[in-house]
Amino acid sequence: MDWQAFALTIRLALIVAGLLVVIGLPIAYWITYSRWRWKFLAEAVVALPIVLPPTVLGFYVLVALGARSPLGREWQALTGHTLAFTFEGLVIGSLLYSLPFAVQPFAASFAAVDPKLMAASATLGASKFETFRRVILPLSASGLVTGIALSFAHTMGEFGVVLMVGGNIPGVTRTVSIDIYDQVQASNYVSANQTALVLLAISFVVLSAVYALNRRIWAVWPWK
Amino acid sequence: MALEISSEPEANHTSETRPDYPDPKDKLVAKVQKRFSGDKRSFALDVEFETPPGITILFGPSGAGKSTLLDCLAGLIRPDSGRIAVGEWIVFDGLLRVNMPVPRRRIAYVFQDLALFPHLSVEENIRYGLRQFARREQQQFCASILQAFRIAHLQGRRPVEISGGERQRVALARALVTDPLVLLLDEPLAALDAATKSRILDDLRAWNRAHGIPILYVTHVREEVFALGDRVIVLENGRIVAQGSPHAVLSAPRLETVAQLAGFENIFDVVVIAVHEDRGTMTCRLGGSRLELETPLVRASVGSMLRVGIRAGDILLATAQPVGLSARNIIPGKILSIQQRDMIVVARVDCGIEAEVHLTLAARDSLYLTPGQEVWLVVKTHSCHLMAR
Repeated sequence: MDWQAFALTIRLALIVAGLLVVIGLPIAYWITYSRWRWKFLAEAVVALPIVLPPTVLGFYVLVALGARSPLGREWQALTGHTLAFTFEGLVIGSLLYSLPFAVQPFAASFAAVDPKLMAASATLGASKFETFRRVILPLSASGLVTGIALSFAHTMGEFGVVLMVGGNIPGVTRTVSIDIYDQVQASNYVSANQTALVLLAISFVVLSAVYALNRRIWAVWPWK
Repeated sequence: MALEISSEPEANHTSETRPDYPDPKDKLVAKVQKRFSGDKRSFALDVEFETPPGITILFGPSGAGKSTLLDCLAGLIRPDSGRIAVGEWIVFDGLLRVNMPVPRRRIAYVFQDLALFPHLSVEENIRYGLRQFARREQQQFCASILQAFRIAHLQGRRPVEISGGERQRVALARALVTDPLVLLLDEPLAALDAATKSRILDDLRAWNRAHGIPILYVTHVREEVFALGDRVIVLENGRIVAQGSPHAVLSAPRLETVAQLAGFENIFDVVVIAVHEDRGTMTCRLGGSRLELETPLVRASVGSMLRVGIRAGDILLATAQPVGLSARNIIPGKILSIQQRDMIVVARVDCGIEAEVHLTLAARDSLYLTPGQEVWLVVKTHSCHLMAR
């Protein structure tokens, strides 16, 4: 089994899930509370990666990161190499790809917070940010866990975007799912099966943890 | 497990420790205009009033705009125009373009559903508004308000773990610990039984004897007006239709909302059919029946359409046709139903129109009243209160 690919995949998934908390919370907050009339367009853009074929998303990300795009040029001037076919490029592609898996649960749990609580918080002298931190966030804990776990698991298993943006460079961009594809191409079914089983197990454990944490009755058990 | 209250000397949090911009004994002066226009119906709030320190009841039927008014005062809704100030402390002024954000207004608001933070303990809820103070002061203020509202033993519990009356006390304590300039209460005690309610109100009054802030108490329950108010403001359709001391407002029932407030369970449309200037009375026919009532004389002419209000407790009920009475209105009828409501018995009687009569338990028992029984209603002329339609 290719442990290097595993380490790389887990590193990628952790970084992406972490960054998505930072990026996803403000986006979800805005989507939940903004009264902008064209908000639905932004919502559609955020949700796009759910329905878009990964190769399509990967293609555009590749173009955007390439040496001919403004972003690619800036990056190249700054670091001396292009973003495409690098780990950083992979992170950017994965961020876009997994964005809805973080934002949607965040936004859903924000929307479930009673607006009266926010009004009460304001009348008690709390700013919007303080209300977010002390009322909305703690009451959205389950949505937060769900979003983090889903974006982690989703990044773990992505294939199309990685192949388009990152290629297949061992130790840099070769993730587990690319590795499995390689093994199968080489008719190495035993090895492919082992790797696939581990990936399956990880996904199952993560999702079980999410559903376990979201069980309402456990909110009071075993501490009370 | 009950936690001990901190044994510090009783916290007396007034002037020194707290930033008091305006004089806390100032009155609230408000002029609020707000128009909502929807597809089907629009609503306009247009009021002007002032409330000195003490409890002022904001009374009106649902939909009158009571909660909207409170939301405007608290800053949750922005009025179209007007001015809201506590003494020199201007929180809203349409002309000066002042619209102080909610967190800075120092107007405390207890919502109908209380809005306690479910993830925080009672103590954390109360401390929520005390962020700007040092931990020691927070403890002091918190301990003293816990004591004032008799909830010190609950401080470690979550809102779901305490009773409705206790939650009520926590919500009041949480709002008042921030030392507000005005307290807004949106029917917060509606769900409580009378005894619990009056104990909580006693504690609120005791707190306000020391602080003396204007308290605006919204209700649509008229019993609360008598039990509570130093003053009453009657709101109907977004406008103030009467205001003053409960006595002054209630002794001159000219509008129907006020009439309900004054306890007229029976309100009927009538037409004046005869005016007896010499006797100081009139004869009126009840709309939709042939019943005639003798009423006091008001400025009206034959054919005037008026409305009459009769308190259910002012009607006598007799099981045989009474004779030799001074009362001029003796109306035969039939009992439709008898119900016990708390300590009074409510009889509904069909006498062409349907009337509500209140009796004592003893009266019901000694008269052996049953539905279907024939009875006579006795109404004194001066128990008939006339008002404009």
